[in-house]
Amino acid sequence: MSTDLQDIPAAPKLSRKDFVAPNDVRWCPGCGDYAILNSLQRTLPELGIPREDFVIISGIGCSSRFPYYMNTYGFHTIHGRAPTVATGVKTANPKLSVWIITGDGDGLSIGGNHLLHLLRRNVNVNVLLFNNRIYGLTKGQYSPTSPIGTKTKTTPAGSVDNPINPLVFALGAEATFIARTYDKNPKHMVDTFKAAHEHQGVSFVEIFQNCVIFNNHTWDPVYSKENRDDELLHLETGKPLLFGKNNDKGIRLNGLAPEIVNTADANPGEILTHQPDLPSPLYSGLLATLGLPDFPTPIGVIRQIQRPTYESLIDDQITSAQSSKGTGSWKELLHGNSTWTVE
Amino acid sequence: MSETQRGFREMKAVVVRFAGDSGDGMQIVGERFTDASVTVPNSIATFPDYPAEIRAPIGTIAGVSAFQVHFGSETVLTPGDEPDALVAMNPAALKVHLDDLVEGGLLIANSAAFTEENLKMAGYDANPLDDPEIKRKYDVIPVNITNLALESLKDSELSQKDKLRTKNFFALGFTYWVYGRPLDPTIDFINAKWSRKLPDVAAANTKVLKDGYFFGETTETGRNRYMVARASVAPGTYRKVSGNEATALGLIAASRKAGRPLLFSGYPITPASSVLESLAEYKHFGVKTVQAEDEIAAIGVAIGASFAGQIGVTGTSGPGMCLKSEFIGLAISTELPLVIINVQRGGPSTGLPTKTEQSDLLQALCGRHGESPLPVVAANSPSDCFRAAFEATRIALKFSTPVILLSDGYLANGSEPWNIPDESELPDISVPFADPDKPYAPYARDPETLSRTLAIPGQPNLEHRIGGLEKNESGNISYDADNHSNMTRLRAEKVAAVAKSLPPLKVNGDRTGKLLVVGWGGTHGAIHSAVQSLRAEGFEVSGTNIRYINPLPADLEELINGFDKVLVPELNTGQLSMILRSRFLVDAKSLTKIKGRPFKVSEIREAILNQLND
Repeated sequence: MSTDLQDIPAAPKLSRKDFVAPNDVRWCPGCGDYAILNSLQRTLPELGIPREDFVIISGIGCSSRFPYYMNTYGFHTIHGRAPTVATGVKTANPKLSVWIITGDGDGLSIGGNHLLHLLRRNVNVNVLLFNNRIYGLTKGQYSPTSPIGTKTKTTPAGSVDNPINPLVFALGAEATFIARTYDKNPKHMVDTFKAAHEHQGVSFVEIFQNCVIFNNHTWDPVYSKENRDDELLHLETGKPLLFGKNNDKGIRLNGLAPEIVNTADANPGEILTHQPDLPSPLYSGLLATLGLPDFPTPIGVIRQIQRPTYESLIDDQITSAQSSKGTGSWKELLHGNSTWTVE
Repeated sequence: MSETQRGFREMKAVVVRFAGDSGDGMQIVGERFTDASVTVPNSIATFPDYPAEIRAPIGTIAGVSAFQVHFGSETVLTPGDEPDALVAMNPAALKVHLDDLVEGGLLIANSAAFTEENLKMAGYDANPLDDPEIKRKYDVIPVNITNLALESLKDSELSQKDKLRTKNFFALGFTYWVYGRPLDPTIDFINAKWSRKLPDVAAANTKVLKDGYFFGETTETGRNRYMVARASVAPGTYRKVSGNEATALGLIAASRKAGRPLLFSGYPITPASSVLESLAEYKHFGVKTVQAEDEIAAIGVAIGASFAGQIGVTGTSGPGMCLKSEFIGLAISTELPLVIINVQRGGPSTGLPTKTEQSDLLQALCGRHGESPLPVVAANSPSDCFRAAFEATRIALKFSTPVILLSDGYLANGSEPWNIPDESELPDISVPFADPDKPYAPYARDPETLSRTLAIPGQPNLEHRIGGLEKNESGNISYDADNHSNMTRLRAEKVAAVAKSLPPLKVNGDRTGKLLVVGWGGTHGAIHSAVQSLRAEGFEVSGTNIRYINPLPADLEELINGFDKVLVPELNTGQLSMILRSRFLVDAKSLTKIKGRPFKVSEIREAILNQLND
């Protein structure tokens, strides 16, 4: 978390159960949200932060019930607006560890504007976007990440709008940390959440999440047991982009376009090496757009660069104003620059 | 009016209106005239009147910008009805404003701007300065301001374009001569603004200002000058303050008295933007400001700050209020302290963005989904915005509730001298924080205020969750029918309980009689002046201004019942009147005006007389 926390005495050792709220969890049996909740409850006790410094903030949707299940400070706000409330919390008190829980509809449809501005401001919060490509809480309408042709109650003949790619969206907003993980892999989720937490700046994490009722198996083409070896591209910093059962395939560039090559056939150094810290967005853009039907889908940290955080810049301006003007007095406030006296 | 020595005629009060192209610097000279008059001292009130277009085509009617100053030797509470003097920098300004000038009034016109082309643009077939009817009706003083300013600067190194830009100061200097105003405050202003970076500009403006004054002295010696004697204003230390500035100061003062930091989050909108701009200058006071991406985000950020234990405040104008309304519902449901400022303007929709109106009262009271009561506080003069903002914040914190503070374009941009209070006159503000050593129930209430207690992130052992879903007392989600009914009732009772902390109404006049004039917000000055003058003439009329519109003051019903008739003047189609009629079953009569401009005192006098004679 932020450097201020180094000054805080070591917190008592916390465990997962310290983060389990007494409320009953009311998601549908089999929902991917359970695994995500469990992973975050496993992550937070390991961060060395007192429990009272965590704030979970959500919008509206199935995933946005999340704060009620975390035994931390929590705020279940209104549809799409969690980033604004989180910005207020973090700006008011930069010491807090703030986690935004949102979904594909909440974050990218009604709340797209706020997410854009949260990301470009680089507020040091963590965004977990549960992407199930459907509106679940309203019982199954297509979402802004649903593929073209998705048949739902509102699109009986199939949806016609081009879906948004959350990673490309985050990259367009120049987010400083962009990652992807999935609900079927708790260890990967925990690692990704920890990396998001450690990043100084806004961290955007897309989580592939299965809606067992309205969009069951939506991610199976990517992460089912049969498909995951060939369809998931696990990113590791400094390692080549390899995938396939025995890492027998890799990604290389042909001009400006990516292509798949058999590892055995590749020239030395030809397969791209994962460098999330490249300042240019070109490489991150390439990764963000990889996926079905022609390419494996990247999983892990796509991009991580450094930029000053919004709340630290605001605090710096206050500190700087105070060092030149002092901390203000009643007289200065009420009298201003120019007064006159009537006897 | 009486003859005095030294060629001055003494007047109790004078209204001067400066009008010109929006690029002519009319707002600047109006402000300077105000500064010069407060040091006399005179009692003073001002009204800037500018177009929505930043720079409409030069010389057109759409581009006319004006600033009206009312200064007197007795208490002045409004910017004045009709101007006694009009300074018109071009034909379009004359066209727009001449009808308002009192008969026999002074018309100072920049004759250089009355070219054929400009006359045509303003819709004149012939030069009105030559019109015998106009010459008969007004005291016309054509002055070739443009040429005289250029002549004054013939030795200056400034470009011709820059020289021409000084002409407003020539007009100001001449006006100063007519009204015997001191030059020093303006020269100080010029030096503070330009002498460091643009010394040539400072020198030029100072010279042109003085030459405007000397022009009066040397060429118009036979002319009457007008003197407004020192006003007997209450002793104290004064400063000039506009409504939006005073609002900003009131918020900071409340934050200091509550010992909680202030975070203001807004989105630029006329006429509210200058609240955000003012607060951004107070970073060293620890004030954090956020310019959000939209109106919704602006209130969301403020709610986040409130949840984190600070004082979250957002400000906007009517259309922005519509966008914020879902979030206001969340603040009501979660019972977080929050101040929402609405600087009202003409609506609906984009409406008259630079003009004033009081048409958002019912929106403030009722404009949300669900049963969602909240306290509503209204400011009644530019300097009163300080107290109103302080009060809105006090109520928000003490009762843990969102509060709407209503201001308007007239208060926001108008300015007046403010008798600066001592900070010891301001009450401390308590915040109902939870006891960290006791088990925490987020919706457990203080028995007196009914406020829920607050716990803020970072406090150990008080972790809890809030949100827009209905909760029970322990903070758990509850869809229980009786709980919802109970919580709805409690939220309303909490707001109603605010009335117990409010002072009795101030009444201008007796507490019983023939006619009570009930106003709210920025109509205070005009209503007070009208009632005051009619009482002096022996009429049985009283007036009151309601600061707290929800809950209404506890003594309002009794006061209303003490009068035969009730008149409610409002800059809308009768919104407070509707509330009073429904609350008190009183046959309140409405006086309405929806012209984007404040009431004239004469309009209210006339309505009062009609009621009394009816």
